[in-house]
Amino acid sequence: MPLYLDDDQTTLQDTIRDFVGENAPVSHLRSLRDVDDRTGFSRDLWKQFAEMGFTGILVGEDQGGLGLGHVEAGVVLEEIGRNLSPSPFLTTAVAAVEALKGTPHAERWYPGIVAGETVAALAIDETPKHRDRVALKAERAGNGFRLTGAKRFVTHAHVADLLIVAARTAGAAEDAEGITLFAVPTDAARLDKRAERLADSSIAAHLDFDGVEVDADAVIGEVDAGRDPLDRLLRAGRTGASAELLGVGGGAMAMTVGYLKERKQFGRLIGEYQALQHRAAHLYSEMEVARAAVLKAQQLLDAGSDKAEEAVSVAKAMTAMATTLSVNEGVQMHGGIGMTDEYDIGFYMKRARVLSELWGDANFHADRLARAAGY
Amino acid sequence: MTDLDTFRSDTRAWLEENCPPEMRKPVKSDKDVCWGGRRFTPSSPEQKQWLDVMGQRGWTVPDWPREYGGGGLSPAETKILREEMRAINARSPLYSFGISMLGPALLKYGNEEQKREHLPKIVRGEIRWCQGYSEPNAGSDLASLATSADDAGDHYVVNGQKVWTSYADQADWIFCLVRTDKTTKQGGISFVLFDMELEGVSTKPILLISGYSPFCETFFDDVKVPKKNRVHDENKGWDVAKYLLGHEREMISGMGLGEGGRDTLVPGAVAAIGLDDAGRLDDPILRSQMALFQVRAKAFAAMSERFIDELKAGRAHPAQPSMMKYYGTELNKDRHELQMAGGGSDALEWDSEATRGGAPARAWLRTKANSIEGGTSEVQLNIIAKRILELPGA
Repeated sequence: MPLYLDDDQTTLQDTIRDFVGENAPVSHLRSLRDVDDRTGFSRDLWKQFAEMGFTGILVGEDQGGLGLGHVEAGVVLEEIGRNLSPSPFLTTAVAAVEALKGTPHAERWYPGIVAGETVAALAIDETPKHRDRVALKAERAGNGFRLTGAKRFVTHAHVADLLIVAARTAGAAEDAEGITLFAVPTDAARLDKRAERLADSSIAAHLDFDGVEVDADAVIGEVDAGRDPLDRLLRAGRTGASAELLGVGGGAMAMTVGYLKERKQFGRLIGEYQALQHRAAHLYSEMEVARAAVLKAQQLLDAGSDKAEEAVSVAKAMTAMATTLSVNEGVQMHGGIGMTDEYDIGFYMKRARVLSELWGDANFHADRLARAAGY
Repeated sequence: MTDLDTFRSDTRAWLEENCPPEMRKPVKSDKDVCWGGRRFTPSSPEQKQWLDVMGQRGWTVPDWPREYGGGGLSPAETKILREEMRAINARSPLYSFGISMLGPALLKYGNEEQKREHLPKIVRGEIRWCQGYSEPNAGSDLASLATSADDAGDHYVVNGQKVWTSYADQADWIFCLVRTDKTTKQGGISFVLFDMELEGVSTKPILLISGYSPFCETFFDDVKVPKKNRVHDENKGWDVAKYLLGHEREMISGMGLGEGGRDTLVPGAVAAIGLDDAGRLDDPILRSQMALFQVRAKAFAAMSERFIDELKAGRAHPAQPSMMKYYGTELNKDRHELQMAGGGSDALEWDSEATRGGAPARAWLRTKANSIEGGTSEVQLNIIAKRILELPGA
């Protein structure tokens, strides 16, 4: 398969680019923030996503979805990134859908997700830096399990219908195995949620599980075998976050290059200065390389290749680095105006920071590559 | 089965039968690399055999047209052939500036006679080519070149000096930029081909910081070059030169790839430094640098694949080779810096047996030229700024 979008994917990209650009441009995020919206996204927009079919992009056609792959999901996410559109698409339509795939939970939750009525949140992280660590305990209690522990950085948890929770049913916190994944309704008793607004105006929650009781059928897959659906979730989530980062970095670069062509100082367009030309050209190169890494990871995921795991880490680390460069260069090259809230470039910087942290930053994924390579 | 599946299984079977086992072993030294040419002495009978069978089939240059000796394969078939060769670790049967640089330019700008004369010999590795571009006073500003070609009826009389001519002392023919009009700059350059055995051609190797001499100074003293050896119109050589430089950049950019199994960065560092109790390189800061480098190296490997796919489909931006050249060469320099740091004092030895004659240090020094030759990194950034980002006045 060639490493570029095929004709169908390009057509999809045109559709999505128009749709997101018209319905959720950066001004949409700005207006939600300015009215201190506490949902974190527009439910109307999420409904529109459903009408377009995007919510079911990874759901099989037999289950009412589009039956497409990670390349197509990434096409959507890149436009979400380029427009900084707040959306539960990544957590719900990508990561949660992948985690539930092939389990009875798919039948239970997919219809609501496809209809744009259900929002899912992912309770994975327990420490401020993402780690391969699950300490939240799930003990057998009666016919089900009792969950005790804390999660954080759970985007959309305060408004979600479904929580996917990684819990420990055997072994120690750092063990790769002994994890069980649960589908937990967000209105469960003894579950405390403290929603916090983040730098990019998105809302993520700290969750406190104080002996939350769930039925045995809340288990996703098998008990103690949650590694498999969790890895599925993380691969999809990380790849999706990479695609969104690509959009954020690409959007910031486009703004910046545009600015270089209109801003005059010392009687010349600042884009005429070689000092800035070289930096812009270097940035372009980094973004191009990042784009290739993302598409490679998406294609390998879609092919079910065992090389996907590495490619996903490469994509997440590379897009985090390239996009961080893009937003930093963006603000610097905009000069003083780049520091003002009135200009959009700062929004790109904030979103890039949040997405870089999500499910492992560049250092986390570089470390993973090193371990896999035997050093 | 689709046609491509059939092609793949046929190719696999053919390679299995025709690629000698010796040619599936890693390339260890320069002797293992086959450049062909009139003065080529094979390092083994298998090396010659591999060149001959691949050359006869046109598979040294699989995607050139059959009528000029090439393999006549489609982009998809070419990719399959490369994949199947990689799968059995088959060596490249022929390295050649004729394949990577002159050939594409001849296909685009050469006349029928020139194509029929030169392309099949490139495919079969019979003629080794070198490139006469840079001059002592024409480096990054290549179009200021001064080597003159004066009109003498049916031939030109060429006088001047080239520099950085790769392997000129081993090459059979040269493709050369010469000045046919002194009144304009780019518009006064012509592109000519001639035999290095012509009277008046001489070469002198240049000793580099690596201790090697891959480059020469090349001198022309009243060399008579037939006019029929001019490619494209008189004074239109700059078009050919620019087109050809694009292909040179592609070739140089490929060097950042690490060529799969040949990546010695990690094993070298582990051997010299060792692992700690947790199985991590026992130098945490170098380990971090290596890990972050590997992110970029692996991402660039994907970029190279994407670039080739886009190129074959005619989707690549015409200036994208500049990005590939810039990124690939800078990455390769980083790789060798890390390789030296990972090797410590072991990597410093200059002639020892353990280092195969100072291979790590010499290779490290060699890479410093990557971002100079074929257009410096700064020139590539200028091109990206102007042609891709369309920045003003660039």
